[in-house]
This record gives sequence, structure tokens and C-alpha cells, in this order.
Amino acid sequence: MLSALFFYLFAAILVGAAFMVIAAKNPVHAVLFLILAFFNAAGLFVLLGAEFLAMILVVVYVGAVMVLFLFVVMMLDVDFAVLRAGFLKYLPIGATIGLLLLVELILILGAWVTAPEITAQAPTPPPDDIGNTEALGLILYTRYVYLFEAAGLILLVAMIGAIVLTLHHKRDVKRQKIGLQVQRTRAESVELVEVDSGRGLS
Amino acid sequence: MTIGLSHYLTVAAILFTLGIFGIFLNRKNVIVILMSVELMLLAVNINLVAFSAFHGDLAGQIFAMIVLTVAAAEAAIGLALVVVYFRNRGTIDVAEIDLLRG
Repeated sequence: MLSALFFYLFAAILVGAAFMVIAAKNPVHAVLFLILAFFNAAGLFVLLGAEFLAMILVVVYVGAVMVLFLFVVMMLDVDFAVLRAGFLKYLPIGATIGLLLLVELILILGAWVTAPEITAQAPTPPPDDIGNTEALGLILYTRYVYLFEAAGLILLVAMIGAIVLTLHHKRDVKRQKIGLQVQRTRAESVELVEVDSGRGLS
Repeated sequence: MTIGLSHYLTVAAILFTLGIFGIFLNRKNVIVILMSVELMLLAVNINLVAFSAFHGDLAGQIFAMIVLTVAAAEAAIGLALVVVYFRNRGTIDVAEIDLLRG
């Protein structure tokens, strides 16, 4: 009973926040509503017994990705009012397609039947005596280790890609060139000059 | 009143639809489009975790974790592209990205 109450609470706030993400005038508000949506999705995950993913969602997603969004929205000096011109022009077709898709999805859900024997045949059932995090770790680093390493590779490529895209050198900033410094020889950098007395160097 | 699999799937379906709706509604603002994509990926994650919990199979949560990874990478690359585009053109209007049209 209590879990049903919390399910409806989390789901209602999640859907409301998601609606505000796409309807908010100010993109900063949209990002903040997206953060609210992610927090409530984490609540749903906790209700489902997936505590580790809930914590990952809060720590990694809200803590890193959403803050990145917030940073970019605040860094770019964009006139968002111009971008909202024609906002209502696409409302009818968007609403039509969205509603069609929603009806289709709900029709599919209405006819959804789970085979009763499927839980007995699950290849990786959660063990009873350990927690969700430990159970995930036990299969993540054994059965799904290649997937795990591929995920690490994806993150590495994303990191290098983001750095390569945004790094740019300014032309007129003086920088130390270590190669040129090391290549200097005595012949080209030191000169002995005979200075005549009383005349100096002309 | 017990909460079943279909409740979670309905929430995820509504969330996914809102994501698509957001892309239609904010056709010009690429940042809001990226946020709509995040919403759709979140809906997919809710589906995966719900199936994982109700079918007693942990693989769904592993896949949800991979989806989170890919979504984070996508957000990082997408935002980097937005920053570079804004630096070059001074706007983030999607309709202005037409230099390759020939």
C-alpha cells in the first residue's frame, strides 16, 4: 500500500517534471526540471529494488551530466526568446504524433502477457542473500566484463572527442616550445665579441 | 492495489512520448532537443529496470548501466558540438546548420 502510494507520487512528479522540461521558457529551468525528473526516476528505481542504479543515476547523472548541461546553458550567451519563435507552430503535429505513439505503446502494454515460466528460466537471477550492488558486481565483472570494458572505451572516446572538439589555441599567445629549446646549439646562441675600448658596440 | 510491470511501462511510455513531443516543440533549440533525448533514454532505462525486477533477471540492470554510459558520452559529445558551433556561428539554432547543403 505504501509502496503504491510512493509509486504514484514519484511517477506523477516524474511526468510533471518531464512535461516542464519541454515546456519551460527558460532553459535553466528546463535543466532544473530535468534534474527533478532524474531524482524521481531514481525513486522509482529504489522501489523496483535497483538501488545501485538509483545511486548511479543521482551521483553520475545529476552530479555530472546535468551539471554539464547547466554549465553549457549558462556559458552560451544565447537569446532563447528567438529560438522559441514558432513554438506553437509545431504543436499540432507534435501533439498528434506523440498521442499516436502513446496510444500505440499503451495498446501494446494492454496486450502484454509475461510467460509464467520466464522468471524460473532467467539466466542471471538475483541471489537472495546479498544486496543489489553486490549481485550486480558479481555478474558485471565476470559474465559481462567485455561489455564493461566496451563501456569504458566509449567513455574514453567521448572524453577525447570532447577535448579535441573544444580545445583551440589562440594565435597570439606565446607558448614554450620545448623541442626548439632543446635543439639550440652553442654555435647559434653564443657569440664572442671583441669590444674596442671606448667605442662600444655600434 | 498492487503495482505491476505495466504501471512502470506506462510511466516509461508517457516519458518517451514527452521526449518525442519535446523534439517537435523545440525544433530550434538544440540544447532542449538534447534534453528531450535524455528523457527518452531515461524512459528506456525505466523499462529495462522494470523488466529486470519483475522477471528476476539482473542482466536488465547491467544493460541499463550501459545505456547510462552511452547517454553520458552522447551528452558530453553533443554539448561539445554545441559549444563549438556557438563559437563559430554565434547561434544554436538548428535551422541555421545548413552549411553542407551545397
